[in-house]
Amino acid sequence: MSLEILLFIVFSLISVISAILMITRSNAVISALYLILNFAGLAGLYLLLNAQFIAVTQVIVYAGAIMVLFLFVIMLLKPEHEKKFLEAKPKLKIFAVAIAAIIFLQLIYLLFFSKPSESLSPEMTKSIDSGTIEAIGKQLYTNYLLPFEAAGFLLLAATVGALILAKKKIE
Amino acid sequence: MIIEYIPIFVVLIVAIGFAVATVLSSGIFGPQRPNSEKLSTYESGMTPVGSTNERVSVKYYLVAMLFIIFDIEVIFVYPWAVQFQNLFGEIGISAFISMFIFLVVLELGYLYVYKKGGFKWD
Repeated sequence: MSLEILLFIVFSLISVISAILMITRSNAVISALYLILNFAGLAGLYLLLNAQFIAVTQVIVYAGAIMVLFLFVIMLLKPEHEKKFLEAKPKLKIFAVAIAAIIFLQLIYLLFFSKPSESLSPEMTKSIDSGTIEAIGKQLYTNYLLPFEAAGFLLLAATVGALILAKKKIE
Repeated sequence: MIIEYIPIFVVLIVAIGFAVATVLSSGIFGPQRPNSEKLSTYESGMTPVGSTNERVSVKYYLVAMLFIIFDIEVIFVYPWAVQFQNLFGEIGISAFISMFIFLVVLELGYLYVYKKGGFKWD
């Protein structure tokens, strides 16, 4: 068994087990902590797929920043209210089950009915190198400059929006 | 290919090992003279009252939101910094200007929040 397969098994076990633990915890804060562990496992899987920049971004942005926001939102909403909310509206549960079933069927289809390509096409071998930070830097600041600058304006809008929504008294 | 990441794994193992070793060794080598007063939670503080699950103020949310935005800004700077010399050789000064515009746009947001008192705790 090669090292890659061994690492793949370790990282996928971390991701799957922490995901199961996340959805079965009754305390939402503990669920969020298991989600961080899940993100760490996913970062390892990205690394095995040669996407090093996405792996680092996963750790810095998702496990670092987004999870801080998740925890604040949990503390803001007081999750006990959420349970009563679901009891009061049982139709929402049917909706949730339907969406979960659709995603489950898609996974079944992908796992058992779609055929993986046998050999690597030239585009695919080229894409193996495109996960490095050098390749992303080269493309992002030449060919994809406009989306990059547009992302700057999107972040500016988010800054202003966050201030307007969360500040009580704006000077 | 995966061999390149061995230094990172070594750092991870050393970091985890150091944390575990410090916690365990203080438990093993430290003196232990427990009594019921010492073992109680908040030994020299107030006894906790009520649930810990109180709702927190929305002010914290603003801090978290601004943290995410500037975290994403930094993520965009990493590939630029790594590739800057190559980019400068290829397209010249515009490699610098593109990042300058991006940062100016985000600093406008920072100045807006600063001027509107977003960092003040009212």
